[in-house]
Amino acid sequence: MLLTGRGARNGFALPLHALRRTTNVLVVVTITFFGLLLVTFLIGRVVPIDPVLAVVGDRATAEVYQRTRVELGLDLPLYEQFYFYAVKVLHGDFGRSVLTSNPVLTDIIRFFPATLELATLATIFGVALGVPLGVLAAANQGRWQDQAIRVVGLLGYSIPIFWLGLVGLLVFYADLGWVAGPGRLDVGYDDIVDPITGLLLVDSLLEGEWQIFLNAVSHIILPAALLGYFSLAYISRMTRSFMLEQLRQEYIVTARVKGLAERRIIWRHAFGNVLLPLVTVIALSYANLLEGSVLTETVFAWPGIGSYITNSLLNADMNAVLGGTIVVGVVFIGLNLASDMLYRSLDPRTR
Amino acid sequence: MSPRSGKRSGRLSRSLPAAPRLSWREYLTAETPSSPAHARLRQAYFAVLSFARNRLAVIGLAIVFLLVMTALLAPLLAHQSPIAQDLAARLRPPGGAQWFGTDELGRDIYSRIVYGARITLGIVALIIVLVGPVGLIVGCAAGYLGGWLDTLLMRTTDVFLAFPRLILALAFVAAIGPGIENAVIAIALTAWPPYARVARAETLALRETDFVNAARLQGAGPWRIVVHQIVPLCLSSVIVRLTLDMSGIIITAAGLGFLGLGAQPPSPEWGAMIASGRRFILDQWWVAFFPGMAICIAGLGFNLLGDGLRDVLDPKQR
Repeated sequence: MLLTGRGARNGFALPLHALRRTTNVLVVVTITFFGLLLVTFLIGRVVPIDPVLAVVGDRATAEVYQRTRVELGLDLPLYEQFYFYAVKVLHGDFGRSVLTSNPVLTDIIRFFPATLELATLATIFGVALGVPLGVLAAANQGRWQDQAIRVVGLLGYSIPIFWLGLVGLLVFYADLGWVAGPGRLDVGYDDIVDPITGLLLVDSLLEGEWQIFLNAVSHIILPAALLGYFSLAYISRMTRSFMLEQLRQEYIVTARVKGLAERRIIWRHAFGNVLLPLVTVIALSYANLLEGSVLTETVFAWPGIGSYITNSLLNADMNAVLGGTIVVGVVFIGLNLASDMLYRSLDPRTR
Repeated sequence: MSPRSGKRSGRLSRSLPAAPRLSWREYLTAETPSSPAHARLRQAYFAVLSFARNRLAVIGLAIVFLLVMTALLAPLLAHQSPIAQDLAARLRPPGGAQWFGTDELGRDIYSRIVYGARITLGIVALIIVLVGPVGLIVGCAAGYLGGWLDTLLMRTTDVFLAFPRLILALAFVAAIGPGIENAVIAIALTAWPPYARVARAETLALRETDFVNAARLQGAGPWRIVVHQIVPLCLSSVIVRLTLDMSGIIITAAGLGFLGLGAQPPSPEWGAMIASGRRFILDQWWVAFFPGMAICIAGLGFNLLGDGLRDVLDPKQR
């Protein structure tokens, strides 16, 4: 009687518990997004550039100036301005870019796929090399392999990517000629492929343009590899520490006592348990690459969101800068949320 | 009686025959410390030993030490003024009197890098001073006091952690204008939350310990407990984290300089030097190459040092 009662209560409590957790996460995400809006709004307000002058020019009469000021809503109290700002952003209206004279959202939609392509390929590089290196380091803890991998990882944290990009271009493009230069495609191939997804590698394949595909590959391989090196550094380090934690557990001792091959212990027993926390790490490093891509894109003249933000920045185009910041921030929050959800749905203990 | 007990203070020791003089190593490794100071010295000695066993960490310490010395002795080490131009000698390759060659205005790159160490270390020092205490106090206060203050502070850090740091710093600099002070402010504004998180996690573990309870029973107020009992114990993890973050901060500062948003010319900031060498990278590679190497070495030094410190101060995070 008691047992069934407890079972029933548990069965009932579980969905409620999960619901509360989901609400909690949603509340955090909402607050974070609100904070993002607030910060960008405040940044937009402290800019030394007068937004009215930017619209009317410095020859406008005082009357025109005043009218525009009212039209722009700059005469309202700050909290009302913030309210209108939030409403506009939530409707996807980031204002117009002064530089391209397009709505900022249109620009971002055009530039984002290039960044996505670069960051995705870089993450694939990082995971494909970083995870095995991390496991190798953990399996040889304290030996020379471990030290070498540690230095490789720490170098990844120490090298400025914009410099590595320049050196990479010098060596692999100018000297050796193994890869193509800056940009996404050679000039002659521009605008041949119609954007379907915006990802050149995918679009050119879908349309059967092999030459363009190969050209795009030779352009993306260097920036993606260099950017991937930075996620390799992070991923290998985290993999190592997760693996070490597992290798200390008693079930590993048991497996060793049973006489299992070391390779099997490492890859089947320990690594299986490392996969789960790794998902979070990979999602986080993916989010970090979006940031790392700002400087990489500048060096490689890569027409992505990063160079969009920096170009706008250098031209004091605040709408574009803040719009770009919000979009990157949202993707960042989204990836964090996704990794959290994924972790919860994969880990049986959190169910 | 063992000779060591002769070190014990008090009347008893005076009646005993004089204790044999211990070598400093024996004194430092004594099994039973004779005084609190002795215990502390002994512990520090073991920490130094365990740090020194980590060869990479010692290399890191050496690099950081050299970096500091370079910054301090810049006028002695540099061959000429970092901003002295000599257009007749522009873009000279490395060799001769110009170890690293000259840049597009004929300035000696070696001298500029030496002086650049001052800027980079200055940024690092400012960030440490700005970010460390703020993160520590916010985290400890949030963790110890709990309640709505904790929620508020942690949600604030969530917001900051949810942004990509560099982009936020970019937006800040765009708003308040380029320049090295503004770059430092922008980096500091975006850098403090992780420290608050670390300090809070430590505080939560310490909050219910016996010694904190004892202090509370003796009537210590919350601020006294936070400052005297909790902050000192959170300090080591914050220091480790700061050291490990230094290379990231150096790179962010250099990145802002590279984009033209940090230090302004003719200041010999390493990132800005790379930016100016970018135009010549294919033919005069040395203009951009050596400042980049300087950043790498500085960053690697801090990373190796931080890694070693973590192993010593915080063995559970290994």
